[in-house]
Amino acid sequence: MRLYLAVFALLVAVHCEELFNGDQVLRVLPESEDHIQALKELEEDVDSGLDFWTHGFSTERPVDIRVPQDSLYAFKDFLMENNIPFTVMINNVQELLEKERAEMVNNEGMERKTKSFNFAAYHNLETIYAFMDTLVASHPNLISKVNIGSSYENRPMYALKFSTGGVSRPAIWVDAGIHAREWVTQASAVWFANKIASDYGVDPSVTSLLGQMDIYLMIVTNPDGYAFTHTNNRMWRKTRSVNVGSSCRGADPNRNWDAGFGGPGASKDPCSDSYHGPYANSEVEVKNVVDLIKGHGNFKSFISIHSYSQLLMYPYGYTCTDVPDKSELHAVGTAAIKELTSLYNTRYQVGSICKIIYPASGGSIDWTYNIGIKYSFAFELRDTGFYGFLLPANQIIPTAEETWLGLKYIMGYVRDHPY
Amino acid sequence: MATGDLVPTHFPARRAAQVALHHLNTRHGSPFRVFGLQQVHKATAEDVGTGGRKYSLDFSVTDYGSSGSVLRCSADVLFPRTEKHSPPEVQLHCEGLQQISSSPEEEAFYQKHISPDSAVSAHDIPDSYGNISQDMKPFWHLARVAASFIMLRESSENTEYNMAQVANVSQQETSEKQLMLKYHVLLHDFVSQEIIHWKLLSSWSPDGGVRVLETEWQPKCPHATKPPSAN
Repeated sequence: MRLYLAVFALLVAVHCEELFNGDQVLRVLPESEDHIQALKELEEDVDSGLDFWTHGFSTERPVDIRVPQDSLYAFKDFLMENNIPFTVMINNVQELLEKERAEMVNNEGMERKTKSFNFAAYHNLETIYAFMDTLVASHPNLISKVNIGSSYENRPMYALKFSTGGVSRPAIWVDAGIHAREWVTQASAVWFANKIASDYGVDPSVTSLLGQMDIYLMIVTNPDGYAFTHTNNRMWRKTRSVNVGSSCRGADPNRNWDAGFGGPGASKDPCSDSYHGPYANSEVEVKNVVDLIKGHGNFKSFISIHSYSQLLMYPYGYTCTDVPDKSELHAVGTAAIKELTSLYNTRYQVGSICKIIYPASGGSIDWTYNIGIKYSFAFELRDTGFYGFLLPANQIIPTAEETWLGLKYIMGYVRDHPY
Repeated sequence: MATGDLVPTHFPARRAAQVALHHLNTRHGSPFRVFGLQQVHKATAEDVGTGGRKYSLDFSVTDYGSSGSVLRCSADVLFPRTEKHSPPEVQLHCEGLQQISSSPEEEAFYQKHISPDSAVSAHDIPDSYGNISQDMKPFWHLARVAASFIMLRESSENTEYNMAQVANVSQQETSEKQLMLKYHVLLHDFVSQEIIHWKLLSSWSPDGGVRVLETEWQPKCPHATKPPSAN
């Protein structure tokens, strides 16, 4: 990183092209006082043409030196004659400068594209996928696109991974659009992706969170269903899998998880919008997420976004018995909702799925809670029924903005309460 | 089933309040007045002698139609427990309701569309993106009011109905001094998550309010033969 900064500084300082063609940067490793003395003398000799990038010599640290092309042979001879070890760090400084410049121009272009993206509109799958690519391209050190598997109709399922490094850091999962017709959720998730990217390095809470944890954001968890709501039936909810022996397609992906599967609130009729599927994880969309979560093994929070009803819920759905962590989850939910409401006065209720909406078995956050992901929550976004699934696009951004405050609160709490 | 005080934010109280709301809309809804649930303040439930269950509710509603005003209501909602489904019975009182009378907007809307030249016809209200033109809003409200007759009739403790969309509306010719509208509406039952299609014929005038003359359930799947509430 420092190296690239130095190269960039060179570019800025000189403002001209082709000045460093053939120059190399050598990393010299002094091993004795004699070596150190020789380097000191060289540094003091202004006619040597050598550009020392490291100052202060010791046998503990390497010394980086940019060597002009003309001086290369002479200097390398000198090093070899004195048995001073070295390696070539940059083979051709000019080449590297040009590559860097091209990348910067490209990144700026991508930034403009994401800045000009219309967040106050509903977009089709292709457009959302293209947005993901431009976001990743303009934040290559923060965001990567993870292909978690294919949908029933062979569409790729992508999660955006926000990470500042580490190996398998504790992580937070957020998914939207598991139910296809809940369009404000995919639209809000697009906004969240952009928000996290632009808040990193600016907002202290987001920055500290990403310093310790990763965020996985799945914008379209049911791509087949989403595509179908654009082409055929705006009210489609389920996946698009073929049901053996039935003309009706799809299972409810939020009745298909392995938590009380087949219990109350789920139908065994393939034509039903709450059909649980032939068996738990039968839906490949669900299986892909399950595999990722299990394979990763270090998720600390799982948040699923739905609409409509303006609710924030915690487990269980498959039974009305309280979870052991009920008090804590209820307190976190209540505080999160307070943040959410503070923006536009949108009223939310908090409670367990079973008590607040209905008994519903086979739900995602019940499964995640049962495998030990304590901070499992489900949102139901705007509104309370007036527009319902058909929320006007001019409400996307306000919905995303207020929901983000609630999400941010939960994520901050998860960060501050490791387990 | 809980008896006595209910948690106002939990579903049993909310479902009963929605039923009261459907009733309110059938009686007082218009092209410029349609109510939505704002909040349940208090709720109790008890079993009654005839085998039904009675909810007593204290709740607030918002008029989405035009005024945005909030009214405080109290209601008793009785869900009968009969072998074949029968509609819930509602007794309702809302503060300030009596003062509401036909508005200038309603009169203007009525005059405009009662004329023989008017032949309104539209589909997908709202459209997929939530858009509704200003002209169509009163028809959308009327649809919601008319749909409330169906939603009220079909409700039980195991349903939570809402109108999701107007598939189409077409104005019918009539010699009566009423707006006659044929609707195809999509209802959403939150509990089963089903989208249920109904066709209906309704009339409205500023003096007569909304009446529903015919309703016809539209099957979703080829093999289905009866409406959900009959199960």
